[in-house]
Amino acid sequence: MSETAQMIEQRREHEAAEKTVFGFWVYLMTDCVLFAGLFAVFSVLRHNTYGGPNGHQLFDLPYTLGETFALLTSSFTCGLAMLAAQRRSKRAVLFWLGVTFLLGLTFLGMELNEFHGLIRAGDSWRRSGFLSSFFVLVGTHGLHITFGLLWMAVLGVYTWKKGLTDSIRKRLTLLSLFWHFLDVIWIFIFTIVYLYGSLNV
Amino acid sequence: MIAIHQFAFALLGKLSWSQLPQNNIERGGAAAIVLGLLLVIGTITYLKRWRWLWREWLTTQDPKRIGVMYIVVAFVMLLRGGGDAALLRTQQALSVGSSSGILSSNHFQQIVSAHGTIMIFFVAMGFMFGIINLVLPLQLGARDVAFPFMNATSFWLFFVGMALVNGSLVIGNFTAAGWLSYPPLSELKFSPTVGVDYWIWALQIAGVGSLLSGINFLVTILKMRAPGMTLMKMPMFAWSVLGSMSLVAFAFPMLTVTLALLALDRTIGTHFFTSGGGGNAMMYVNLIWAWGHPEVYILVLPAFGVWSEVVATFSRKHLFGYTSMVWAIAAIVLLSFTVWLHHFFTMGAGADVNAFFGIMTAVIAVPTGVKIFNWLFTMYRGRISFKTPMLWFIAFVVIFTIGGVAGVLMSVPAIDYQVHNSLFLVAHFHMMIVGGVVFADFAALTYWFPKIFGFRLHEGLGRLVYWFWGVGFIVAFVPLYILGFMGATRRLDHYSASLGWQPLFIVAGVGVALIGIGVAFQLLQLALSIWQRNQRRDLTGDPWNGRTLEWATPSPVPFYSFTKLPVVTDRDQFWADKESGKATRQEYEDIVLPKNSSLSVVIGGLAFLFGAGMVWHIYWLALLSLLGIVATLIIRSMNDEPEYRMSARTVEKLEHARLRQLKEYEAYHQ
Repeated sequence: MSETAQMIEQRREHEAAEKTVFGFWVYLMTDCVLFAGLFAVFSVLRHNTYGGPNGHQLFDLPYTLGETFALLTSSFTCGLAMLAAQRRSKRAVLFWLGVTFLLGLTFLGMELNEFHGLIRAGDSWRRSGFLSSFFVLVGTHGLHITFGLLWMAVLGVYTWKKGLTDSIRKRLTLLSLFWHFLDVIWIFIFTIVYLYGSLNV
Repeated sequence: MIAIHQFAFALLGKLSWSQLPQNNIERGGAAAIVLGLLLVIGTITYLKRWRWLWREWLTTQDPKRIGVMYIVVAFVMLLRGGGDAALLRTQQALSVGSSSGILSSNHFQQIVSAHGTIMIFFVAMGFMFGIINLVLPLQLGARDVAFPFMNATSFWLFFVGMALVNGSLVIGNFTAAGWLSYPPLSELKFSPTVGVDYWIWALQIAGVGSLLSGINFLVTILKMRAPGMTLMKMPMFAWSVLGSMSLVAFAFPMLTVTLALLALDRTIGTHFFTSGGGGNAMMYVNLIWAWGHPEVYILVLPAFGVWSEVVATFSRKHLFGYTSMVWAIAAIVLLSFTVWLHHFFTMGAGADVNAFFGIMTAVIAVPTGVKIFNWLFTMYRGRISFKTPMLWFIAFVVIFTIGGVAGVLMSVPAIDYQVHNSLFLVAHFHMMIVGGVVFADFAALTYWFPKIFGFRLHEGLGRLVYWFWGVGFIVAFVPLYILGFMGATRRLDHYSASLGWQPLFIVAGVGVALIGIGVAFQLLQLALSIWQRNQRRDLTGDPWNGRTLEWATPSPVPFYSFTKLPVVTDRDQFWADKESGKATRQEYEDIVLPKNSSLSVVIGGLAFLFGAGMVWHIYWLALLSLLGIVATLIIRSMNDEPEYRMSARTVEKLEHARLRQLKEYEAYHQ
């Protein structure tokens, strides 16, 4: 290939990568609208406890704070993985992705444990409109985390096998966007569902 | 015994022989679908075309072919939805006083729901995505959309939604709770059969496809325009798609949420919209219209884009008021999120809330009016040629204006209380969606048909189609305005003879029959045009003296669309090229195109199994299919080379072969 052809080719690949990242941003915005819908539903049904318990009676704030720290730290380590990817250090990427994965898994385990406790006490989504909206809003975030972990595992294997090629680094960028996005959503869940819900109003 | 029963439920869910159709009309519908399917399968097998179909069509990632597939599905669904409409009008013309007509009450409600669902999601949306796929990349001077694999997958998800709705005719039943299936009626307690589940999962799966398409086209427009094509140099159709797809991206997630919550209510016993347990049914109505009203503009904006192209081309003038048109689209995009409550003023949100939404509804009519005037001023002093697309435009202006004025009338909450849920409303929205959207689809098909297939549709038959459709439509819907004022409600399957409504219902029925004749002529037009395709061949690539880039390509467009990507300096680039004599230049370059992929079809198949599993409560099947979809995506992600390269020399060879063929045709016809 001549030099200009090579330049054109590089430009094309660069544009393709840019397109994907932009498309992913648009997807994240649509996901944001999805969560906005669930937040709206939660706000409407917040007081519809139907004689059952409210957030003040159910939520364990220190526990949720623990979950929050696990997830926020995972976002930080995910950032470190991205920095390592820019330095082209495959080992560091795999290390920090591993840490991120474990922290995400911790978060998910804690959430499932919370759900399990609520269900065992008879406060499942069947109990009231409030609990339906609680389980579905928090659970949808949890499902996203689950998907993110699966993605992270697959991408980890690819990174390990193929090294930090352009394509892999692009995919890592997308994953980290997704992960930070889930972090932001969680901040809102923590504030609106747990902090605000714990107030006895 | 109980153990066997439990095992059967785990394996087959709610499926049983008793779910097959029980009366003759239902059996007729089921038989039509099964026989139609067998006929298609038989024909393909007889012609030994399976391999060809698989390679050239089903696994394709070429947006032009995907567009054609969308349009084929949409047209078949138009026949199905039209058949539903004929049944409904027959029932309403007959079911008076002591006569109960041909349909049971529950069956009538199912058909009403199916008619609405099919016409919006699988006809109007199908035509729209089809036309966008055909035209948008060409107009932007691009060879493809941003994400070809996702585009094919969107089509298959749309197809699966369609298959589920029609599957309900063969086994089980469809929702009888209306095309938006409001709770509490659509809750398990009041609709215990699978009908609502069919509706939910058909729309959920097709809806995800639409959302993906929305993202895809948005990125295509913003990132893949030809060099030099600034946003303000885009053809108006591209602008209208940009507006529409922004709405898809912001509105469709709301549909996903709403349907998911209703599904959860019905399957795991949550209390979102139930009448007890702390649910709130009015929240559903708010949520679904927060999607539903933007949806109206999602459909109509691309239609406006089509009119802009058609009017400019057939008036031989550039579009009047381009900038104001762009701002009108932008205004509609924003305002369309501020009017949803006008669908239920009678909810009783209070005078202040109703006043706000009433005023916003009146306001959104303004940018639409701006557009109408822009088209009329484009025609003013133009050299208008009344080919069929232009005829459809005339019908559109008349019908859309009548329907629009009726809409502004209903934006006044006090008046809306009188006509809420009446046939007046039904007449209004049919005039908007059929007059505005479907007529635009017909115009677009006639207009771009030669570009895609290489020959023109029969003009004379096209005129007959137009007259039967246009007159039939007015005869079918003007009586409904009057009936609405007289108090006839929508979804009415029986009424008292003393009301004196029967003559008007009979007139409306005659209108439907006229439309039916129009549809028959449409089929004839298509068949005859294909038969005579050699005489009707478009040798120039520019049959209408067009203005935008799609006409710079030969007809039919080769799969690589452009031999060399164009550079843009003008809004009507092709027109400018023709004036300056640049239009005939031949240049070649290396081309990169997506390879075919069968994985989109696989994802579609698994989505169908997932939907069927959810509808019939066969959860092992649903779970397995879902895991299958994840696995398919992982397999896809291993593919590092989804594209292939074609050298400039190959392109040149293909082009020369094409030109030789063209010369032969020319010689043959002289």
